[in-house]
Amino acid sequence: MKVLVAVKRVIDYNVKVRVKPDNTGVDLANVKMAMNPFCEIAVEEAVRLKEKGVASEIVVVSIGPKAAQEQIRTALALGADRGIHIETDEEVQSLEAAKLLKAVVEKEEPKLVILGKQSIDSDNNQTGQMLAALTGMGQGTFASEVVVDGDKVNVTREVDGGLMTVALNLPAVVTTDLRLNEPRYASLPNIMKAKKKPLDSVSPADLGVDVAARLSTLKVEAPAARQAGIKVADVAELVDKLKNEAKVI
Amino acid sequence: MSILVIAEHDNSSLKQATLNVVAAAKAIGGDIDVLVAGENVGAVAEAAAKAEGVNKVLVADNAAYGHFLAENLSELVAEVGKGYSHILTSAGTTGKDFMPRVAALLDVAQVSDIIRVESEDTFVRPIYAGNAIATVKANDSIKVVTVRPTGFDPVAAEGGSASASVEQLDVVKDAGLSSFVGEEKAQSDRPDLASAGIVISGGRGMQNGDNFKMLEQVADLMGAAVGASRAAVDAGFVPNDMQVGQTGKIVAPQLYVAVGISGAIQHLAGMSDSKVIVAINKDEEAPIFQVADYGLVADLFEAVPQLEEELKKVL
Ligand SMILES: Cc1cc2nc3c(=O)[nH]c(=O)nc-3n(C[C@H](O)[C@H](O)[C@H](O)COP(=O)(O)OP(=O)(O)OC[C@H]3O[C@@H](n4cnc5c(N)ncnc54)[C@H](O)[C@@H]3O)c2cc1C
Repeated sequence: MKVLVAVKRVIDYNVKVRVKPDNTGVDLANVKMAMNPFCEIAVEEAVRLKEKGVASEIVVVSIGPKAAQEQIRTALALGADRGIHIETDEEVQSLEAAKLLKAVVEKEEPKLVILGKQSIDSDNNQTGQMLAALTGMGQGTFASEVVVDGDKVNVTREVDGGLMTVALNLPAVVTTDLRLNEPRYASLPNIMKAKKKPLDSVSPADLGVDVAARLSTLKVEAPAARQAGIKVADVAELVDKLKNEAKVI
Repeated sequence: MSILVIAEHDNSSLKQATLNVVAAAKAIGGDIDVLVAGENVGAVAEAAAKAEGVNKVLVADNAAYGHFLAENLSELVAEVGKGYSHILTSAGTTGKDFMPRVAALLDVAQVSDIIRVESEDTFVRPIYAGNAIATVKANDSIKVVTVRPTGFDPVAAEGGSASASVEQLDVVKDAGLSSFVGEEKAQSDRPDLASAGIVISGGRGMQNGDNFKMLEQVADLMGAAVGASRAAVDAGFVPNDMQVGQTGKIVAPQLYVAVGISGAIQHLAGMSDSKVIVAINKDEEAPIFQVADYGLVADLFEAVPQLEEELKKVL
């Protein structure tokens, strides 16, 4: 079966985020960018399905500027077979991303679509669910285990009280949580090979999708800083402070 | 303006988070109806009707909603919600699952995880793991919003004024796309992590799951919930639902005690709004000390038992 994986280019998770002085957004000039960590897990899961003989082909898709091709190449180096780049310099929000992905789903007809549960920039946690709704598919969100079984997929989900398993008809959408797997690193030979794998580029207009934003960001600010605290000498002092100064116990 | 709040519950009791969401709805202003969807939810509906500020409770009681499957719930909410100006629910894992589906079915954007209401269409929400705070304006006719419970003080569970009316809906939506297979719910007599007044969390420094018993003993003395860092969960010390952070639970207790946790930004994203933060860590350079009100540089295997003894003296 064919598996479609969506990946996003975001600020590297180790980078200290800085708000721009004019409060229009976060400073992304000259910062290290990388594949969203949850998307890496999505790619890894697809590759494992292929290694198990469950998946026959892995198509990776990314929406973003020209540079997002780097993240597609990374996914190709990890084991995806071909890439689709939906090129745009606009900020694409979740609903519009889902519409673009829907257009790709209609063309590619994958049996399974795997996405990260959220991207660590906007922290929205929406696109997979929206894609599932628009394509009329079932969804297994925040997955910690994915088992394909004939024309169904069983997804174990990380939920507030523990774990919950659902069975979904295929085709279905899965969004990944952190414990689904531990992504591998790409080897140098695979990085070289990835350069020759096919990568198509299309525009939102080619796909007939209007990507105009529905949410406008009025301002972006740094969070209120916490006041610096003190070091206590020992546990007795700690308990005294908690009881008599902070009055929280 | 009319606001539909989707109640968070477990079919038997209303989750406190719903009261926080009603508070967010009050901040927007307008009539507030609450939709209780589930199976055998009579008691939940009654509780919702008593909450302060609720105008009417709508009940969709059917096996199709018993496990809160997003495919079914979203069709229901989209149909009931299309007559409202706002649809709100808590940003717990249930709300995060079904709400974007609702937004897509209505062809509107969703505003996730708001912590403040500026006006009927403008909301404040953290982005980049809380390293930036965005003010966003929703331009669609229906505002679909998930609410971070810790951002809003809950309304009173019992409003005092006349109880809201309860109306049964006979809308049954079974999308036939998904089914419930099973669940593993962590059992605990301790307070709920997300709403506890005191939280004590352990990290990789705890070394194994058995050592969490030390934290549990301290927690029981203080009436606290026990949490964990991702590293502790990944290492299998404790179950996933104890994870605090960007991708785990967001907590804002009166007191948060971080034990053997370094203080990675993804962890801080889940607890830095706590009123008082205590860090116990043997590395004095650990970033957790930058957000701690009280820092103790010590080996946790000495400090935690001492803490238990000292607390016994004063509590
Ligand atoms: C996309 C993404 C999402 C993430 N989401 C989350 C999340 O939601 N929540 C989360 O917590 N993390 C999250 N993380 C992981 C995060 O980056 C850190 O790796 C994690 O928080 C580290 O956990 P830790 O502090 O327990 O472990 P470590 O960083 O290994 O720290 C252990 C600490 O214990 C101290 N210690 C060790 N032994 C002792 C002792 N005997 N006495 C006292 N102190 C001791 C050490 O000095 C050290 O500071 C996420 C990461 C990514 C990439």
